Amino acid sequence: MSAQSRPAIAMNAERALDIALPVCVFLGALGVWEAIVALKDIPPYILPAPSRIASTLIADWDTLSGSLWVTLRITFAALFAAVVGGVALAILFAQWKWVERSFFPFAVILQVTPIVAIAPLLLVYLDGGTAVLVCAFVVAFFPILSNTALGLASADHNLLDLFELYRASRWQQLIYLRLPSALPYFLGGLRIGGGLALIGAIVAEIAAGSAGQGAGLAFRIVESGYRLNIPRMFAALVLISVAGILIFLFFTLLSRVLLGRWHDSARSREG
Amino acid sequence: MTNAIAPPIVRLRGVGKTFANGTIALEGLDLDVRSGEFLSLLGPSGCGKSTVLRMIAGLASPSAGSIDWSDAQSRSDLGYVFQDSTLMPWTSVFNNVWLPLRLSGLSKADAATRIEEALSLVGLSGFAKSYPRELSGGMKMRVSIARALVLRPRLLLMDEPFAALDEITRFKLNNDLLRLKAELGTTVIFVTHSVYESVYLSSRIAVFASRPGRIIDTIDIDAPYPRNEDFRHSALYAERSRAASTALMSAIAAEDHL
Repeated sequence: MSAQSRPAIAMNAERALDIALPVCVFLGALGVWEAIVALKDIPPYILPAPSRIASTLIADWDTLSGSLWVTLRITFAALFAAVVGGVALAILFAQWKWVERSFFPFAVILQVTPIVAIAPLLLVYLDGGTAVLVCAFVVAFFPILSNTALGLASADHNLLDLFELYRASRWQQLIYLRLPSALPYFLGGLRIGGGLALIGAIVAEIAAGSAGQGAGLAFRIVESGYRLNIPRMFAALVLISVAGILIFLFFTLLSRVLLGRWHDSARSREG
Repeated sequence: MTNAIAPPIVRLRGVGKTFANGTIALEGLDLDVRSGEFLSLLGPSGCGKSTVLRMIAGLASPSAGSIDWSDAQSRSDLGYVFQDSTLMPWTSVFNNVWLPLRLSGLSKADAATRIEEALSLVGLSGFAKSYPRELSGGMKMRVSIARALVLRPRLLLMDEPFAALDEITRFKLNNDLLRLKAELGTTVIFVTHSVYESVYLSSRIAVFASRPGRIIDTIDIDAPYPRNEDFRHSALYAERSRAASTALMSAIAAEDHL
């Protein structure tokens, strides 16, 4: 019992250190920041102290939380559309090679063109909200498409032979073999796409915000900048970071739950 | 044990295989697979013995010659075991064995009895709910064999199934395979590069040479089944092992001269 629990304790200690070390660095940096602002008497419209940012976050919570909600709604709507579109197109690619050959180059073009450059153009043709949604969709779409397509094509060759031997139909092969094989790849794409959808939404909001549209977090940053409300700018930035971290953690956890029992990526090595 | 009178299940005549890059994998191959026999294809790697298996399974087509079946039904009455266990890692042992039945449209409930029977045949009754990751190499191979046997095929094709296992596990699985073959009366074609394994298991060995792949010798092992570890110490075993080794050596020597 004790022989077993000793390495377990050591492992927990290691894990605790993984959390404790970055937290110490973070708190230390905040302390230094706070001290510098206090000692040099820097006014908040130049550099607000962390305590000031925190109090702004609480004081302006009604406005900021409303904006956070707008940004998150756009992020998840775009991500949902990217998942549906990306997975559907990847399945079409896997089932019919000519679809892949016809459409993949355009997916690449969409991916390599910077979203900041596309956003103003989209705002000409679409209303602000829709344009922001489309921008976020465009950046999240490609990693999901390309990862899922790669996963669908990576099914074990011997298993493919076995399916052929038992005269499986194309759709049986897709459902029982290719889709499960693609799941780890898809989840990897989802983790990247989730972060990118948020970035896409922010970038598009900034572009749209300058045209007088939207009320998301990015709009709050632009607006606070005009009003020299620097503490609120920082507060909005903090919320964006926290949202990004939570999205990443959520999809990491989802991967672990879905792959826990079989995939190497979700398991610790033995011994 | 071998039945010389019955017509062969499958007959290969003048079979050749040339790959797209021009490599001649096989040339002028004649082979009869008799009902009920345990036939080993023994040879150095790259001699095309796996290609023969794939062609019999219909996974590759010959570029010359013909493959004739005794009846149309036998052609799809097959089980196939690969060198690695080739299990679906994302699902349980039970669902892995279910696969051949599932692909032919059998629901889980209708298949359950046959799956449990197949698992008990290979001694894995308690492991239906386990995932492949949780099993040892030898156990995974047993699941793979259970999957191949769940449809009770007339012909079982095995492509170096035990090559990646340690010798102790391999001996155990050799004996299990002989027991299963006796119980089910399955005809087996077994690809291997181990002389001793092929002599222990087979009623007949076809020895291959490479470049191009061809059969250079056929050795009958007329020891009766059931065989057990005593057979490994018999004079016949020693004599046939020597004959198979000699044939294999001359196959390798022929290759060196090229």
